[in-house]
Amino acid sequence: MSQMTRDEAKTILEKVMSYKKCDGLEANLDGSRTGNVRYARNSVTTAGVVEDINLVVQANYGKKVGTTTINELDDASLEKAVRAAESIAKLAPENPEFMGILGPQKYSASTTYFDSTAAIDGAFRAQAAAESLEPCRAKKLVAAGYLEDQAGFSSMMNSAGLFAYQRTTGAEFSVTVRTEDGTGSGYAVRDYHDARKLDTGAASQIAMEKALGSREAKAIEPGKYTVILEPAAVSGLLGRMIGNMDARSADEGRSFLSKQGGGSRRGEKLLDERITIYSDPAHAEVPYRPWAGDGQPRPQTTWIEKGVVKNLYCSRFWASQHEQWDWIPFPGSVVMTGGDQSLDQLIAGTKRGILVTRLWYIRSVDPQTLLYTGLTRDGTFFIENGKISFPVKNFRFNESPVIMLNNLEAMGQPQRIGGDFLPPLKVRDFTFTSLSDAV
Amino acid sequence: MDRRDFLRLTGIGLGTLVIPVFGRDIPLGADTVALPVGSKKLLADVGLQTARKRGATYADVRIGRYLNQFVITREDRVQNITNTESFGVGVRVIAGGTWGFAATSNVTKEGIAQAAERAVEIAKANSKLLIEPVKLASVPSYGEQSWRTPIKKAWAEVPVSEKVDLLMEVNQAALKEGASFINSMLFLVNEQKYFASSEGSYIDQDVHRIWPTFTVTRVDEKTGKFQTRQAMSAPMGLGWEYLDGAPSGKVAGPAGTPMGYRDSYDMIEDATAAAREVQEKIAAKSVEPGKYDLVLEPNHLGLTIHESVGHPLELDRVLGYEANYAGTSFATLDKWKTKEFNYGNELVTLFADKTQPGSLGAVGWDDEGVKTKRWDLVKDGILVDYQKIRDQAHILGQKESDGCCYGDSWSSVQFQRMPNVSLAPGKQELTPDQMIAGVEKGIYIAGRGSYSIDQQRYNFQFGGQLFYEIKDGKIAGMLRDVAYQSNTQEFWNSVSAICDERDYRMFGSFFDGKGQPGQVSAVSHGSSTTRFDGVNVINTERKI
Repeated sequence: MSQMTRDEAKTILEKVMSYKKCDGLEANLDGSRTGNVRYARNSVTTAGVVEDINLVVQANYGKKVGTTTINELDDASLEKAVRAAESIAKLAPENPEFMGILGPQKYSASTTYFDSTAAIDGAFRAQAAAESLEPCRAKKLVAAGYLEDQAGFSSMMNSAGLFAYQRTTGAEFSVTVRTEDGTGSGYAVRDYHDARKLDTGAASQIAMEKALGSREAKAIEPGKYTVILEPAAVSGLLGRMIGNMDARSADEGRSFLSKQGGGSRRGEKLLDERITIYSDPAHAEVPYRPWAGDGQPRPQTTWIEKGVVKNLYCSRFWASQHEQWDWIPFPGSVVMTGGDQSLDQLIAGTKRGILVTRLWYIRSVDPQTLLYTGLTRDGTFFIENGKISFPVKNFRFNESPVIMLNNLEAMGQPQRIGGDFLPPLKVRDFTFTSLSDAV
Repeated sequence: MDRRDFLRLTGIGLGTLVIPVFGRDIPLGADTVALPVGSKKLLADVGLQTARKRGATYADVRIGRYLNQFVITREDRVQNITNTESFGVGVRVIAGGTWGFAATSNVTKEGIAQAAERAVEIAKANSKLLIEPVKLASVPSYGEQSWRTPIKKAWAEVPVSEKVDLLMEVNQAALKEGASFINSMLFLVNEQKYFASSEGSYIDQDVHRIWPTFTVTRVDEKTGKFQTRQAMSAPMGLGWEYLDGAPSGKVAGPAGTPMGYRDSYDMIEDATAAAREVQEKIAAKSVEPGKYDLVLEPNHLGLTIHESVGHPLELDRVLGYEANYAGTSFATLDKWKTKEFNYGNELVTLFADKTQPGSLGAVGWDDEGVKTKRWDLVKDGILVDYQKIRDQAHILGQKESDGCCYGDSWSSVQFQRMPNVSLAPGKQELTPDQMIAGVEKGIYIAGRGSYSIDQQRYNFQFGGQLFYEIKDGKIAGMLRDVAYQSNTQEFWNSVSAICDERDYRMFGSFFDGKGQPGQVSAVSHGSSTTRFDGVNVINTERKI
């Protein structure tokens, strides 16, 4: 049941619609099978599979809305869900922000499902773990890793004639390799829709090299440094900036995009002119479902163009209050256009700097300036005259992605990371405020 | 429900009322009837027997019904009322010396048998990579048992309209006092869980938790600056009675600083104070960076305890089981073995306790059938123990689990989670006012703010909600842009005084994340106001 075809999902949803007595009825039906294997101390610790299905039914009388959820799909349960949603809607206060349900929509095609991933079983996971573990054991290194795969579908229908269906698969792998004496640590992470691209052995090799290379790290003074942030490090700060590009908060004066005196900073040049960030559900490397939860098509959207803030995401209600702005949902993934250089070339072009593998425990310090704090982790190296010179102890940073993206020196080739497509960045004057003994 | 689901449910579909229906087994709302204990036992036995037949040497079955209600409002409107209900069963086995787990929402004999079979298959598949077989510390066979959070009034008995009315009153109070915005919320949790193991325990538990909270925002139109102040409540293992606002449950803050709440919270009083204080915060002086003596009140200090004591003393982290996600720990076994590692100075005793009344972590038995207890982690400054579960005790040469195993859902495999970890109050009589009177140059910090710590728990940075300058023994006005950075061992060795038990109260973390796939857990941290000398304070103001 967790893997319904388009027709099977449609049949259930049509059944739900047949019970309608309210003004508007909408239902979302999702199912998934998620498998995982986790290992640590060079041995598998847990592994499992969870199958689940979920139907959400929303009924409305004018602006009075009620919703139910259910995970049983026999006729009696479906009717009960509709009746319950309707009775709650009758009791609910009017919600001035409810905008009604949408009519039929057209969605762009987006390839998010691969049989290779859907076919993953326990033996596949055990083999993938073995390809990571065995080389680590052979080199007397200690591996801890995690592989999770998912296959499922999303579908929705409403009484205004909208129907949508999409299947999605995904596989994500991460591994941390440490030396037996705990003085070196390395990390690698990969995620794909298509499991054929996943090579846990190759990713583990990178983590092994970083673990061995980061032993006997030297302490250097905290301060402002030129840094090369690998995509995993870029992701942590950039993702938080995108997450804060909400139109309502900006318009209400409580965002880094609020303008002194009122309004938002849409249209202003905020970042270095080489920065362009967009999202596209049909992107070949980072595709995502082309519709939001309420059936709204997710358009290709430019968020930052040549450093200028072009669009902010917002609810349908907020867009209706501000006619000049489009109604744009939060993106499923983002793409940052990068440069042509490889990571090695970025390093080769750096006289003095620090290579950062990833950032950790990133937390907001000041939402007004988007200041974040966090630490480097699992491979931090000093670069001298175009070469990695020696490993350095980890740092705590206090930095804003807005400041970071104004201090841009160079960008490398983008790659998929955490569902986004991001380049490594070379940035000057990145602020490290203290040292950490953590390895 | 994981953190992502929680955010999704509370962040979208604004203005909808969500009430769950779970088919025929669990009727809607007030008519909901829990599965009788006898039926659960019959179902659980199917899982245990199937696992054994398939070759498992150990099995446990957890049948869980997890109920949540979230009431989300802003200013004059209800944004969302979400009821979630999740019912299912998880089967965990040891076969071939390795763990295997499978879960299903099909809570029938067939569904459970199938999950048990699958769990055994998974365990056997992974036993090929085995280095050392799982060893479980022994646990008594408890037979049939039950336990319930000692609450006076269950949140489910309170009509939604009463909850909405309360939040509307809270919001009005803040707006009347000058707040630009207020977002207020009630997070309400009930876990009904049944545990059965192949070792003869059948344990039925009914766990309740509550967290009323808000964020007040003030925007200064002239300068374009904004500030926020969050609630001084704590999530608690209490019923609706937590919202009574009884005077006996309050602890006055020193010199007009915010009220502290022990086991009773006055949400309207706190929102009114917040609206006033957030204006003060906008006009406050930006802090001069440097060394200060910090006076940290319990609602703030609880998070520092959580991050710098609770997490580093989780044995799975210490051993490397969390190396790929949450990290490892500086508090390694060699330090513990010396029996003289100064985690803090002699004033510092930090204890774990899964039995504290009103705490988030309190249960009768943990999720692998171990009876809960209290034990010391740091005694008079010395590291003396860790937090451990059945498959870890032998690593320390110990014979029993501490009873801190938890899975956040029927579909999540249970593992070692942090118990309540608290700082013992000072033995000498001392109030926060008396403590402040002895500080020449310091900062009094109230409420939880920004928090970040490295993956081995050495280096941390914390903010707060409100910062008050202390000059020559007196509160001298509010500060802003304050964060302090320190090192765990250095920090706990800089304690110079701890207020007595009259000031003791709990802070809580409702959504503590750990594990892959990620799971949340709720945990309390008690303390009295504590003084730390010579801590490094930085200024966090920037311009963009």
